[in-house]
Amino acid sequence: MWWYVGRRLIASIPVFIGATLLIYAMVFLLPGDPVAALFGDRPANPATVAALTAQYNLDKPFIVQYLLYLKGVLTLDFGTNFAQRPVIDLMAQAFPTTIKLALMTLAFEAVLGIVVGVIAGLRRGGVFDSTVLILSLVVIAIPVFVLGFVLQFLFGIKLGWVEPTVGADATFAKLILPAIVLGSLSLAYVIRLTRQSISDNLNADFVRTARAKGISNRRVISVHVLRNSMIPVVTFLGADLGSLMAGAIVTEGIFNIQGIGRLLYDSIRRGESTVVVSVVTALVLVYVISNLIVDLLYAALDPRIRYV
Amino acid sequence: MGHTPRSVLLRTVAVIVGTSLVLTACGSSNDNSNTTTSTSSSDSAAGSGGAGSGGATTGIVTALGSEPQNPLVPTNTNEVGGGKVLTSIFAGLVYYDAEGAPQNEVAESITSDDSQTWTITLEPGWTFTNGEPVTANSFVDAWNYGALGTNAQLSSYFFDPIEGFAEVNAETPTAQTLSGLTVVSDTEFTVKLVSPQSDFPLRLGYSAYMPLPKAAFADMAAFGENPIGNGPYKLQAWDHGNSISLVPNETYTGDRVPQNGGLNLVFYATNDAAYADVLSGNLDVIDQLPPSALTTFESDLGDRAVNQPAAIFQSFTIPQNLPHFGGDEGKLRREAISMAINRDEITSVIFNNTRTPAKDFTSPVIAGYSDSVPGNEVLTYDADAAKAKWAEADAIAPWSGSFTIAYNSDGPHKEWVDAVSNSLKNTLGIDASGVPFPSFADIRTQITDRTITGAFRSGWQADYPSMSNFLGPLYYTGAGSNDGDYSSAEFDKLIDQAAAAPDTEAGTALYQQAQTVLFNDLPAIPLWYQNVDGGSADTVGNVTFGWDSVPLYYAITKE
Repeated sequence: MWWYVGRRLIASIPVFIGATLLIYAMVFLLPGDPVAALFGDRPANPATVAALTAQYNLDKPFIVQYLLYLKGVLTLDFGTNFAQRPVIDLMAQAFPTTIKLALMTLAFEAVLGIVVGVIAGLRRGGVFDSTVLILSLVVIAIPVFVLGFVLQFLFGIKLGWVEPTVGADATFAKLILPAIVLGSLSLAYVIRLTRQSISDNLNADFVRTARAKGISNRRVISVHVLRNSMIPVVTFLGADLGSLMAGAIVTEGIFNIQGIGRLLYDSIRRGESTVVVSVVTALVLVYVISNLIVDLLYAALDPRIRYV
Repeated sequence: MGHTPRSVLLRTVAVIVGTSLVLTACGSSNDNSNTTTSTSSSDSAAGSGGAGSGGATTGIVTALGSEPQNPLVPTNTNEVGGGKVLTSIFAGLVYYDAEGAPQNEVAESITSDDSQTWTITLEPGWTFTNGEPVTANSFVDAWNYGALGTNAQLSSYFFDPIEGFAEVNAETPTAQTLSGLTVVSDTEFTVKLVSPQSDFPLRLGYSAYMPLPKAAFADMAAFGENPIGNGPYKLQAWDHGNSISLVPNETYTGDRVPQNGGLNLVFYATNDAAYADVLSGNLDVIDQLPPSALTTFESDLGDRAVNQPAAIFQSFTIPQNLPHFGGDEGKLRREAISMAINRDEITSVIFNNTRTPAKDFTSPVIAGYSDSVPGNEVLTYDADAAKAKWAEADAIAPWSGSFTIAYNSDGPHKEWVDAVSNSLKNTLGIDASGVPFPSFADIRTQITDRTITGAFRSGWQADYPSMSNFLGPLYYTGAGSNDGDYSSAEFDKLIDQAAAAPDTEAGTALYQQAQTVLFNDLPAIPLWYQNVDGGSADTVGNVTFGWDSVPLYYAITKE
């Protein structure tokens, strides 16, 4: 088991290098000189441009820029943005908020999704099941920004139940509405996945065998059906954590959350490669780690996997 | 074994939480140390203000801001987010009142006999918030710092009119200080310009000309994080990415005395979020609206809505070397293109009247503006005349190819470029289209390198309220922002004469003549002036937007 974890961690090193190289190349290939853009429509002084270009290593070939960046990262120096602020500070400020939002979203979609999905799966074909299927289809069809604006207008401005935006102080209460908006799409998938998985397993051979052995219905459902049904759901939720971190750009914009999505958006717009690469690399690491956790959960859910 | 991963996980979480706690703790301890000194000051200022002027209030005004793109050094800030803070925490030689007229602030007088050598005397008694007196050296040293090439300041070109700039602003400077600046005494210095500039005093309210205390030069990076100014407010806290809070500066002795208890500039990810906060009363003042609110904000905000022309001129530039656009043929084609555009329709349909059709090359908020400059009839939509001019040009040399307008698609340009292209297509019967560039950086690079082919969108926001700022930098031969490489001896001569004019009226008349030359040559096709769109919540009073589209924060009242 530990060998398995260790191997996975070592395998993430080439993923890290490959991802940063790829991202650095893409930001580097973005057309236009970010230093020239700093001046707006104003004339750019050649002396100023030269000094800034040298300061950010933009005058060096791509591979040298990348190696200098990598060297910095190895000494935990992620460089600075154009405003001279250390990238590590920017990330330390943005990540906690986004992690908080992502975990709240994950909890929302996991708890509600699995509960509703299990009930729907057990009562397949019933009124509850049909209602859930239709409602989840509607949610899947609504773009997240539409849902975000509508709920913000309704609960924030018209009814005044919550503050319409989150701002600097991202409290638990303020993040509830954004978490619901961000999680609604995945919630619909979790419900449908759980429902399908449950109803498949209800007809499986091992469930019939368990029932034939005279095990109580409660135990059959909770141990044999639920445990096996959770494998695809856990896979989905694991992958979703990564996409929640990165996919929060729209939601963070609507609700003014000072998170990673906004940092990334602003930095891409300004061509700040050091920030973009560092943020995306951190997101890659989140993906790698959440996938690792999913794999470990597999082993917990299905003993057969542990011995592979 | 079951416990180990969990404890590792817990430890990781603990580290993350711990780190964030330390970071927030650092932030808040800074805030606190600043608060202890400044809260008392804000109280005393508000208290004395309340007793003295009667109109002052104690509420903290919240307004839309944006994270300054650079440290808060006056000569290195060229965008609105940082500019809003700088004009609030610094007092320059002059400031601009609501009409955009310069009023002396630190300066007692700014005089010149020949518009070339200026004598500036300072009002005694001004101090920075650290107690250091504001002297002639505070200005001269700050300007020398801004101009020095190795300091790589974004606004260094502001010192270009001063003698000695070329030597100081080079990659390897041959002089460290501007030869045109001379300190006479603590309260007097002289400025020698390269050529006469009658509107020189008008420029001096721009943030690049602010004074700096000695402490700034010891460590400019630290100063940029925590600037020490002499303005109506002082910085209380800069919560990066979130907000900047300012409190009244009790030692300020100028005219812009804060009528509120402080100012909190809040940064938003989108203007949509900011607008939602204005509607729900969480934000007092907004000076930039999201496109989604343009059709509704006037009914939402009622008489608290603001929609007025700003000092922003928008156009597209047809480079001088473009085939078919030189000589007499080019003149006719430029006129035809200008007359084929229905500005009234585009501004009302596409922009919901948040643009004002252009009547000249400057802006209605600038002193000396006129909507009847001779030659400006080419800005009136006239399909028949346009067709006739185009046919006339075809008689000189037949048209070939297509007409393109390049724009950056990360800004709100696609709609109007398409509308203008369609207008040209339908009226002139030629192939016209927009060419999107992915980013502003990309289009700027191509414009600077002169690799762009075809026409391109152009715009200009004035740095100071003067006609010369709209004309000189853009169309004077070889000027820094003359991206179309326009050159006219007649225009240059009129600009020089206007700059040296003995008084404003004479200068204005010469600038109008210079504009007539532009209407004849049309180096750029004027489109419209951008309006400032915004408003305020009913929580605040006395909200006025200045000539530069920025609200006069000090005048806002809030109970």
